[in-house]
Amino acid sequence: MAKFAKKKDGDLPAVSTASLPDIVFMLLFFFMTVTTMKDSSLLVQNTLPNATEIKKLEKKDRVIYIYVGKPTREYQSVYGTEPKIQLNDKFASVEEIGSYILAERAKKPQELQNVLTTALKVDKNANMGLISDIKQELRKVNALKVNYTTYEGNAFNNLQ
Amino acid sequence: MSRFRQLPEVNAGSMADIAFLLLIFFLVTAAIPTDEGLLRISPPEENRSKVEIRDRNLFEVNLNPSGELMVEQEILKFSELREAAVSFIDNGGISAGNLGHCAYCSGSGDPQLSENPQKAIIALQVSRETGYSKYVTVQNELQAAYNELRNNASTRLYGISFQAMKTEYSNSNATPERKQDLQQKIKKIQEMYPQKLLEISTTNF
Repeated sequence: MAKFAKKKDGDLPAVSTASLPDIVFMLLFFFMTVTTMKDSSLLVQNTLPNATEIKKLEKKDRVIYIYVGKPTREYQSVYGTEPKIQLNDKFASVEEIGSYILAERAKKPQELQNVLTTALKVDKNANMGLISDIKQELRKVNALKVNYTTYEGNAFNNLQ
Repeated sequence: MSRFRQLPEVNAGSMADIAFLLLIFFLVTAAIPTDEGLLRISPPEENRSKVEIRDRNLFEVNLNPSGELMVEQEILKFSELREAAVSFIDNGGISAGNLGHCAYCSGSGDPQLSENPQKAIIALQVSRETGYSKYVTVQNELQAAYNELRNNASTRLYGISFQAMKTEYSNSNATPERKQDLQQKIKKIQEMYPQKLLEISTTNF
């Protein structure tokens, strides 16, 4: 009866790694569902302030993004350390916002053009002067729905 | 028969490596979206009509360049702003029987504060040098004041908070009748406490 060779005692069986791919695939699918692709890389520092009374932006296709903040370290030598505006993936001046909004609006389907929201992703170290200039520009092109994008958290943490 | 049995099995040992590669690719290219924030509607550009507002119906909030808060000519802590705004809006300063009396207000009826929530206007003035984060805090607190009042009114009238009604309304799985009902209730509450936030164009101090 030598058909089944008897294992030696003390020889631990190897842990089966057959299910490892399944586990990794599960992780992969999790990340694929909860995240989105980066559409533009950030050229500015973007630590958002906290707020509690927030509203979620449901539909991503109805949002136009404007980023504001200090240029990140690699751009500071060229663009300085004052907060700048980023539209798509390049720096822009306040005057360019109007045409940017109009261009983005024209890209959207007709029925969405009146329900667009402008999301202002502003770094918490920016000053209000720049923000009110932006808002003024947005009013000129009739982009009145503005969302100040924030993290969820205690608003008093902003004061420090 | 025996020929089939001898087919070698495909080695799946590298499957994990491939999956890891994909996983790392997604981790690098993906960003967890932060798509939530304070929603604001700015006034249209051509809107220069003059309206007389009584001083008592105006709640002035000022933020100076160093980020100090002044409310109705008095320095106030940020943590006290919400309460001050609530007592201003919900004041109900007109006594019963007179025009403009607010039956559902639970305020003290202070003659210095607003007549009724429909007339109560909050004017926010910030300077150009004020930090954005302070501004967000103030906006958040003012929004919280309105939300608190709306939630209270909604719980009193319908037994469900305003926030909960809104969430249910935006959920697509509610029946059409329920949705219509909710829409009416939401509108009613919004009329009871309309959000009147005025932003005065920023000034240089």
